[in-house]
Amino acid sequence: MKPRVADRIATGMLIGIAGFIMLILAGLIAYLLFRGLRHISWHFLTSPPQSIKRGGGIGPQLFNSLYLLVLTMIITIPLGVGAGIFMSQYAKVHPLTSFIRLVVEVLSSFPSIVIGLFGLLVFVDRFGLKYSLVSGALALTVFNLPLMVRVTEQALGGVPREQKEAGLALGLSRWKTIRSIMLPMAFPAIMTGTILAAGRVFGEAAALLFTAGVTTPKLDFTDWIPFHRASPLNPFRPAETLAVHIWKINSEGLAPDAPEIAAGASAVLILIVLLFNFGARWLGRAIYRKFTSTK
Amino acid sequence: MSETALYTKELSVFYGGKPAVRKISLTFPERRVIALIGPSGCGKSTFLRSLNRMNDGIPGARVEGEIWTEGRDINDPNTDVVLLRQKIGMVWQKPNPFHKSIYENVAFGPRSHGVKDKRMLDEIVESSLRRTALWDEVKDRLHRSALALSGGQQQRLCIARSLAVKPRILLMDEPASALDPVSTAKIEELIAELKRDYCIVIVTHNLYQAARVSDKTAFFLSGSLIEYDETQKMFTNPANRATDDYISGRFG
Repeated sequence: MKPRVADRIATGMLIGIAGFIMLILAGLIAYLLFRGLRHISWHFLTSPPQSIKRGGGIGPQLFNSLYLLVLTMIITIPLGVGAGIFMSQYAKVHPLTSFIRLVVEVLSSFPSIVIGLFGLLVFVDRFGLKYSLVSGALALTVFNLPLMVRVTEQALGGVPREQKEAGLALGLSRWKTIRSIMLPMAFPAIMTGTILAAGRVFGEAAALLFTAGVTTPKLDFTDWIPFHRASPLNPFRPAETLAVHIWKINSEGLAPDAPEIAAGASAVLILIVLLFNFGARWLGRAIYRKFTSTK
Repeated sequence: MSETALYTKELSVFYGGKPAVRKISLTFPERRVIALIGPSGCGKSTFLRSLNRMNDGIPGARVEGEIWTEGRDINDPNTDVVLLRQKIGMVWQKPNPFHKSIYENVAFGPRSHGVKDKRMLDEIVESSLRRTALWDEVKDRLHRSALALSGGQQQRLCIARSLAVKPRILLMDEPASALDPVSTAKIEELIAELKRDYCIVIVTHNLYQAARVSDKTAFFLSGSLIEYDETQKMFTNPANRATDDYISGRFG
């Protein structure tokens, strides 16, 4: 076969595969939106769910998902980025560091239900955190940490050695070089990793069933002091997230309009993930431009 | 003869146990350009990189011997490597400006070392860029990205960046080999200009360049120093046979 023909065939096949994946993805999103969009209304987004009557909403669940995302990221980002910096810049070549790397890899392919059970035993029972947002956030941290560590490590590893050396040769300390030269360059990649992690937090249900719980107490949306019991910001209350809610009403929902609510909630979930992705990407680019003064 | 800026005593560098540089003793006088020449893999870049301890970051690299400057041994465990590197600037083969604005590239070093005053920083930036003959070309776009500059401009920016922290010695690792002839000529002019204040050690593959810019030349072969003398003598009447063969193009 002539190289030109072979090249054409290979290109065609790759385009075909890529197109097929795009088609599945687009079809899935279109189907979810088509089924769910018409159930979305202001009332649906803001009112609490009904257990046996029609007309329930997803207000508290939506709030829980967003709040849990924030809490998880507050724990995950510093830990993950810190560990990633250590692994890529400070850890010496040593059997122990290779072992840690292996553990991180294994952890990242752990089934989330197992992490949920781990959270139940450790955070909920042993630490006495009960079914709460904090337990959920910690479980999701276990779930997301490997991703953040690996992404940070790779992002820093991708910074050219000459950039690092240029910083060191100016007489900057290692930490200053990492912080002011390497991290800004690695920022877009770390941002992408963070978005991936955030998307997983938003869509995760299994790890939350036994940690954040499947119920939400009555919330008083006028009370924003985190230490009050009925405050939505209270991190020690149980919190059913949107993904868990979808699972629950699909499996044991008693309301007559449960299928519609599940469809609407799914559409909301996917819309938020999309919105979050685009927003974070835009933000990442903007910050990168600011750091590097590229126009 | 002027004073000594730096000298090495029996300096060896090993990569994973294998010697890349063998027991080299060299003396670099102040306000002179010293060229390190030799075929690829002869250890001249490795030697250069050990002078500001850049090999610290390379896994498996080990340095033996002494490097003395300003009355202290660079490899002494008590030497503050961060302080040391402020005194010994470095320029790489491929221009590597920071992914920041032109202004920031130069101001970054001095600011990190505690110069906070905006006026003083402006002055350092201007004088550093003037010294590298870059000021007139970039003064209207100081706050644009340095990556938009041409390769030759980027390299002169990198030199300005090292000058901004007031070093005494500049190490240059083939600073012009990735540049076009016009930019190369500018870098060479710059080197001739800078040697009034700095000791410049330059690694080069270009023998003509070594002959043009340097006062002294050291010839390396297989990690050993073969000959070190005034450039003029090295290029017209070398003492060693191998030097003669290399310089007249019989190998390497």
